[in-house]
Amino acid sequence: MTTISKIRYSRRSLLKTGGAAVAAAALPAPMVWGQETKNITLRQFGTGVSNLNEVAEKVKEDLGFTLEMTALDSDSVTQRAATQPDSFDIADIEYWICKKVWPTGNLQAMDTSKIANYDKIVGIFRNGKLTPESVIAQGTAPHTVGFTSGINGKDFVDEESGYMTLIPTIYNADTLGIRPDLIGRPINNWSELLNPEFKGKASILDISSIGIMDMAMVVESMGEYTYPDKGNMTKEEIDMTLGIFTEAKKNGQFRAFWKSFDESVNLMASGEVVIKSMWSPAITAVRSQGIPCVYQPLEEGYRSWGGGIGLSASLSGMELDAAYEYINWYLSGWVGGFLMRQGYYSAVPETSKNFMSEDEWGFWFEGKAAQGDITNPFGDVMEKAGAVRDGGSFYDRMGAVACWNAVMDENQYMVRKWNEFIAA
Amino acid sequence: MHAGGFAPSGLFYKSSRIFEAGVRNNSVIGWLLAAPLSLVLVVFLVVPIAMIVVVSFWGATEWSIYPAFQFDNYAFLLTSDVTYRVFFNTLKYAAITWGFTLLIGFTVAYYLAFHIRSLTWQIALFLLCTIPFLTSNIIRMISWIPFLGRNGIANSTLISMGVIDEPVEWLLFSDFSVILAFVHLYTLFMVVPIFNTMMRIDKSLIEAAADAGATGWQTLWHVIVPLTKPGIMIGTIFVVALVMGDFITVRFMSGSQSANMGRLIQNDIALLQYPSASATAVILLATVLILIGTLLRFVDIRKEL
Repeated sequence: MTTISKIRYSRRSLLKTGGAAVAAAALPAPMVWGQETKNITLRQFGTGVSNLNEVAEKVKEDLGFTLEMTALDSDSVTQRAATQPDSFDIADIEYWICKKVWPTGNLQAMDTSKIANYDKIVGIFRNGKLTPESVIAQGTAPHTVGFTSGINGKDFVDEESGYMTLIPTIYNADTLGIRPDLIGRPINNWSELLNPEFKGKASILDISSIGIMDMAMVVESMGEYTYPDKGNMTKEEIDMTLGIFTEAKKNGQFRAFWKSFDESVNLMASGEVVIKSMWSPAITAVRSQGIPCVYQPLEEGYRSWGGGIGLSASLSGMELDAAYEYINWYLSGWVGGFLMRQGYYSAVPETSKNFMSEDEWGFWFEGKAAQGDITNPFGDVMEKAGAVRDGGSFYDRMGAVACWNAVMDENQYMVRKWNEFIAA
Repeated sequence: MHAGGFAPSGLFYKSSRIFEAGVRNNSVIGWLLAAPLSLVLVVFLVVPIAMIVVVSFWGATEWSIYPAFQFDNYAFLLTSDVTYRVFFNTLKYAAITWGFTLLIGFTVAYYLAFHIRSLTWQIALFLLCTIPFLTSNIIRMISWIPFLGRNGIANSTLISMGVIDEPVEWLLFSDFSVILAFVHLYTLFMVVPIFNTMMRIDKSLIEAAADAGATGWQTLWHVIVPLTKPGIMIGTIFVVALVMGDFITVRFMSGSQSANMGRLIQNDIALLQYPSASATAVILLATVLILIGTLLRFVDIRKEL
């Protein structure tokens, strides 16, 4: 609540809080501040993964202000962040989206000196290294688009400049999801996605920036080609990659493409598809229906993604202070614990530990066998005692990242070619 | 309709005789009377379409569009063989759906109009036809998915009946499922106008045909079908326009694997490529207009209504 007392009046907050603000200026009593905070509403939008009503409820409880959540798919999120800057206060977006949106100037830089847990944020988001020995993966690694030169910066800088474009909140390592009961043999490579054995039973997601990276993992795994940089393909590489997949599509390799969470769950749960690129909460949803589904670790490593919170450029005054307060609260552990119990990782794992039981921490973060039932934040039992997380510990999984979701220099060309692939 | 059509000009004629010097005045009133509708059409139809045409010549970056006058969007569209295949696909869906909806729609309307004797029952059965349409068309479409799936009701029934040994794959996420959903969704748009025109066919014409010795088929082909043409045309326009503009049915029922023009536009919009989407929309609009223009040459709807 402390930051609220430093009031800088903006036209917007004056209009919004009106009389209360005038009264507050005349009589700065603590009671009035408390009342004002309650009147603040922050509008957040983002992908479904972290736009959860539970978070909004907890914000109301802990911080007093209202958080309005809107969940959209990745393309819609990009579109909105790029074209409707006044329609949101907080953008909960992925780093590759940030690479597209940041140059529009619709977001403002955040002063890291105001972020209490900044020093505890994992290395991936600061210098790019999980551990000092880590090799930085290809693609749009979060730290490459995580910092800007100053409070009004429109560029990206390599070092920790003190001004962040997004405050990291959530990330994970993605791989192929499989139905072990319907496949009946071990799967160890990305190339299995195009294995004719699974003709008519494979699927890939229809979101170009993410799909192209999955494709690149498959192409490399097949031994067709080794990219100098998967995250920044040339036109020829794009043609070649999509060519291989168009061929497979015409041969009937794919049952369907998916774009939304429910499609992803239904395709797998109904047995229409037995192997496909998938996201961890969808795996969880299939498994909670009692259907075996594995988030299969593969030899070539993971395709990873990271998300963070960005502030609208038009945010100022009390709302801006409230937004900083929200960010600090976000990193203080409760949300981290909430997200980690769904299989994601928190940007500040050590604060989240306080909000998880020892068994939960052991299962989700350390890759240890569960001692008792592991439940998700909504109370549903997800794993029985003895279960071990697919892929193991945090360092095993995030240490095996082969590439990040990316936006390429030739993105526009890729997007058009992707469109043709879908239409082919 | 005929009498109604002449009424305004008759009034105009009479009133201009009464106020001899008031011809100009009347034309002003005429303009004013037409103004609200024209204004609505200009603001909500002409301006948006003009904007789409203008934007189709603009350029786009990854996150913005900028005014320009370039043919890049059209060039990319018209030189890609994918466009032609998608275009062909769109026409294919429209043609096949049209065939089925016409056949089913005509039969249903014929039964309602000529085989059901009492007006009460006709209305009751007609309302019965519309009941499924009280739910959202997305729900009606999506409910096919679990039914047609690999382990769906259709396949498991066929297997238990011994008709097939292996699940039939082409039931879902194929052209079959797309067209099935289209026919299911849009047949009513054929039934309504055909039923409407059939109800207004003078029954004595059919009696006359029978008296003249025509068989049932001859009556159907030489009397009823020609008199039902306007209804068929209106139904055709509905179905063709709906199918050609659709994107969501194709997306869900083909599992995103097939595409029509609407899907191209949707993908472009999702990827912020508004100018390219506009160019596709302009081409689609032109095609639909040409198609409907051609259809209208066969039947003068205004005259026959």
